[in-house]
Amino acid sequence: MEKFTVVTGRSIPLNRADVDTDQIIPAKHLKRIERTGFGQFAFESWREDPDFVLNNPAYEGAPILLAGPNFGCGSSREHAPWALEGLGIRAIIAPSFADIFRNNCAKIGLLTVTLGQWDIDRLIARAEETPSAEVTVDLENQTITGGSSSLIFHFDVDPFEKSCLMNGFDAVTLTLLREEQIREFEESRDDAAYPATTA
Amino acid sequence: MPAPKTITEKIWDSHLVHREEGAPDLLYIDLHLVHEVTSAQAFEGLRTAGRKIRRPDLTVATADHNVPTADRDRPWPDPLSVRQVEALRTNVELFGVPYFGLDDVRQGIVHVIGPEQGLTQPGMTVVCGDSHTSTHGACGALSFGIGTSEVEHVLATQTLPQAPPKTMSIEVNGKLAHGVTAKDVILAIIREIGVSGGVGHVIEYRGDTIRSLSMEGRLTVCNMTIEGGARAGIVAPDDTTFSYLEGRPHAPSGVDWERALDRWRALPSDDGASFDSGVSLDGAAIKPAVTWGTTPAQSVAVTDRVPDPATAATAQAQELAERSLGYMGLRPGTPIQEINLDRVFIGSCTNSRIEDLRAAADIARGRQVASTVSAMVVPGSGLVKQQAEQEGLDEVFRAAGFEWRDAGCSMCLGMNPDVLLPEERCASTSNRNFEGRQGPGGRTHLVSPEMAAAAAIAGHFVDIRTWS
Repeated sequence: MEKFTVVTGRSIPLNRADVDTDQIIPAKHLKRIERTGFGQFAFESWREDPDFVLNNPAYEGAPILLAGPNFGCGSSREHAPWALEGLGIRAIIAPSFADIFRNNCAKIGLLTVTLGQWDIDRLIARAEETPSAEVTVDLENQTITGGSSSLIFHFDVDPFEKSCLMNGFDAVTLTLLREEQIREFEESRDDAAYPATTA
Repeated sequence: MPAPKTITEKIWDSHLVHREEGAPDLLYIDLHLVHEVTSAQAFEGLRTAGRKIRRPDLTVATADHNVPTADRDRPWPDPLSVRQVEALRTNVELFGVPYFGLDDVRQGIVHVIGPEQGLTQPGMTVVCGDSHTSTHGACGALSFGIGTSEVEHVLATQTLPQAPPKTMSIEVNGKLAHGVTAKDVILAIIREIGVSGGVGHVIEYRGDTIRSLSMEGRLTVCNMTIEGGARAGIVAPDDTTFSYLEGRPHAPSGVDWERALDRWRALPSDDGASFDSGVSLDGAAIKPAVTWGTTPAQSVAVTDRVPDPATAATAQAQELAERSLGYMGLRPGTPIQEINLDRVFIGSCTNSRIEDLRAAADIARGRQVASTVSAMVVPGSGLVKQQAEQEGLDEVFRAAGFEWRDAGCSMCLGMNPDVLLPEERCASTSNRNFEGRQGPGGRTHLVSPEMAAAAAIAGHFVDIRTWS
């Protein structure tokens, strides 16, 4: 997975609550068997509205998404983070995220930052007024800074997730280091107590 | 004496492979359900890394999301769907995973077949690359929806790193009124806690209303747990659970059954176990629900009117309500029973089990679907379909003008040919009324199977309590 250290760039203000993964990537586009190629379908329905923020060329290719509360709710489809990644997004800042979506993002190196609504409102106002304004998301120092303005926010991050993101650790590789414990666990319990699908 | 524990804590602790400070817990997974949409890239990851599936004997696959529900033997209209299902078939063969394919009567929606086969049992950990995996909590299992990277992780290691959840008790007490169903209970719960009320939590459903529900009803309640944002939903196992499981193909038998009962009877939350949060609802006050908006929390009683966004609690909720009504093509103040429908969908992992179909058939028997409505019934599995046909339910539906289809996810998410056209309005027994969920521009109203069947016949919503 791609490492995340510092990302600087423009930010996209998507000020809506409860954005579900069906909006991020509609089900009819989940049929590809590759991990790539989903960006072109991101927010497909909303993009039919010419005023939708992602249709504004000023935000094209911006690496930071500023979102509303409960972002990524609904379906567990990892195609949603893949689609955002396909748009060039590296970090999402929101007041809160849906659990599965957040997990899925962490697994592919897409940083999710939780900030207070008040702080996000300030970032959104700035991105709306000056689309070219840049924001820096610094994972090591856990800060978000707004270029020449005086905006500085600190954010919390789970230390384990931070370490995985900064080093680009793959979760499967990490877990396979626990092979011995997994085997001990399997040997310690009564396998007959659990149904075998092959039986 | 050990500290009292919740059922969630008991299952969690008994599946702990490894715990260390500063890292998520490593949990062992007892059952991994696999379907075509969220698995191809995971299998590809295994292949690339030269890894095998650790426990194919704890893994089972089926095709459900893409599959057409009519004319399956004819060429499928979408070559991408064909390719995705074909990829699953190749992968399960290559990796040795048991597979309920399209020619197998056990094929169906993953969340229907797990309990149906007796694969989902109390005290187990269950995962699937699908958010409605919460369904399996009805059997007293701890079950999580996961993404494709996590699917790959479970295939390779049979474990999942997870931070311990918070626990929430949702207690519903009181006798449900005639015509009020498990679907109305969960819609009432989601209206109460909101679509993000459960984030970070495992919800344990408690109280005599929940206890009085059949397994089918509990499966419906747990299924929609994710619509309240929670990581999982669970109902402690009891005699209802045990009689449902007994005799199913993968349920234990003989002396193993007795031993299993002993283990399962120790699972319910201890007296005095504490939850991080709690909500109580009066079951007797719950009315048949209809969603009017584009989140499952936006519902009212069938006797109510479409709410006025101006009455919303916050500016954000008001904006969301305005957007929702715009999308749904509804005006505030419209009586719900005056909303006319174009389509009716009875199916999905929420409401496609035999009891759901019986309830809908009871409403449809001897009546006719309105001439303005196109209605379909999609059983949750090949076995549900078979049983319904043995009971003559297919004849009841066909005679009333419903289409009777093959098993699959169908119009719940519109990945197969069953989709709404733009601005078509549908009464649906599924779980999500998100914008475009049943097809771009389609308008979804979530209801119970009884309410959906009655709406099909009347052509508009009706109060099932006064239906005769």
